[in-house]
Amino acid sequence: MLAIWRREVQAYFYQPIAYVLIAVFFLISSIYFTLGTVASQVAEMNFLFSSITFILTFIIPILTMRIMSEDRKNGTEVLLITSPADVHQIVIGKFLGSFTVFLVMYASTFIFLIILYILGGQPEIPRLIGGYIAFLLIGACYVAIGVFASSVTENQIVAAIISFAILLMVNLVDSIASFIGGFAAKVLDVFSLLSRYSDLNSGILDITSIIYYLSFIAVFLFLTTRVIDKRRWSQG
Amino acid sequence: MIEIQNLTKHFGDIKAVKDVSFTVNKGEILGFLGPNGAGKTTTMNIITGYIPSTTGTVKVDGYDIMDQPREVKRRIGYLPESPPLYLDMTVTDYLDFCASLKDVDKKQWKSQKEDIMELVKISHVQHRLTRNLSKGYRQRVGLAQALVGAPDVLVLDEPTVGLDPKQIIEIRKLIKALGKNHTIILSSHILPEVSAVCERVVIINNGEIAAVDTPENLSKTLDSFTRFTMTVAGPDKRVKELLQQVYGVKVLEVRDKGKENESSYIIESDKNLDVRKPIFNKLAENSYPILELKSLGLSLEDIFLQLTTEETEVN
Repeated sequence: MLAIWRREVQAYFYQPIAYVLIAVFFLISSIYFTLGTVASQVAEMNFLFSSITFILTFIIPILTMRIMSEDRKNGTEVLLITSPADVHQIVIGKFLGSFTVFLVMYASTFIFLIILYILGGQPEIPRLIGGYIAFLLIGACYVAIGVFASSVTENQIVAAIISFAILLMVNLVDSIASFIGGFAAKVLDVFSLLSRYSDLNSGILDITSIIYYLSFIAVFLFLTTRVIDKRRWSQG
Repeated sequence: MIEIQNLTKHFGDIKAVKDVSFTVNKGEILGFLGPNGAGKTTTMNIITGYIPSTTGTVKVDGYDIMDQPREVKRRIGYLPESPPLYLDMTVTDYLDFCASLKDVDKKQWKSQKEDIMELVKISHVQHRLTRNLSKGYRQRVGLAQALVGAPDVLVLDEPTVGLDPKQIIEIRKLIKALGKNHTIILSSHILPEVSAVCERVVIINNGEIAAVDTPENLSKTLDSFTRFTMTVAGPDKRVKELLQQVYGVKVLEVRDKGKENESSYIIESDKNLDVRKPIFNKLAENSYPILELKSLGLSLEDIFLQLTTEETEVN
């Protein structure tokens, strides 16, 4: 697992992809920070978090598109599966690889926090912590979706489009639910990452939300192992 | 060391491997021979645990691949048809990755790595990206990967495909050397390779085993006579008559060469009898010159063709 994680992080940083994505992320989030926080004289980070969560919808699919599909295309999947590592260890290693790049993006937002303090802002501590936890969890969920999408196909572009589509649905599911209403809305709420996000982001440290996110990640990683196992049964 | 019993693999309606059983003894080099699409790669993928079988069992060192995959995978080094390289890594980084993937002890790994690179002769390219290596070197790095962790069993899927003749000879030598302290299954559709390297051959065709034996025995069973083809200038009836007068000669077939006074003959003789000299003398006496004389000795190639084409005719 550690071996795979290390190799994936290396692969991201040996190629320009991680740098480009981190740079894009940082650029757009600084624009949000400058306009939404500094210029509007708001002493909090939470507005920024909900804005940059939306950027992740575009960045995470590109980050994760190669993570599983590349192995299949290059034939290195054989190496991984015939090694003593289990499929779930492989998947978790891969997930952590992409997640590490996300963590770098995540860490870059601390710069905004420092600037905020320098400018004399006094953000509420509980909301700040809630916001950071929520952003971390939702990022992990997005990465898990991306890893899953990447396991479905050996084509990176298709993988990116699939995870982009799922993430768009995640963004829209609240509006759809409130439009339909009734029982269907309750069902759709299961997929609603963002409604729980706004709770956490407003400083309500609800343990059920945190468990919800962790289970969401677990389910998608589990689905990824199923996809790989299924393919081993049906393909040569 | 490796026991394979009643292995069957279906892909939907296609039966890629049908009821294959064989064993590989410790320290043996087993050749796995068959035309393309015969089920060689599928069988190897099952043995190494890449894909599960539909029915049947594979046991390595007593461990079943389905029940204790980790134990089996620890004991096998696999070189698939195209070496599974990460093209964005250098050779050393790649081998380090393989070692940690296979849980090789870190202290042991340092010296083992030097040994492996020495053995497959890749020390001088160790800091290059695998992307920039030639096919031959990529194959060697793939082989080095299979050797990581010092597994007892090596499974090599067409290890010489796409290499130039010099590289082929080197890789064969290397495999022979490895055979001294490894159990090896080697697949190939190139026959001389198998007869040069392997101690025992499994011939597989259409997913079924057609024969299992040593290369020598396979030749012996089917090669109890010697065949020649010869071209002689002279009227075919007369020449045939003369040929049949030679002791131990049987004329199987006369072929018209399309030229006047020139025909070719397929001749069979007893194995222990060299009939070439008496034939020459006989025909020289009658001044019918031999224009061509070629042995049609049954090589492994012929055996292979016989065994595998009979099958297709039945189908």
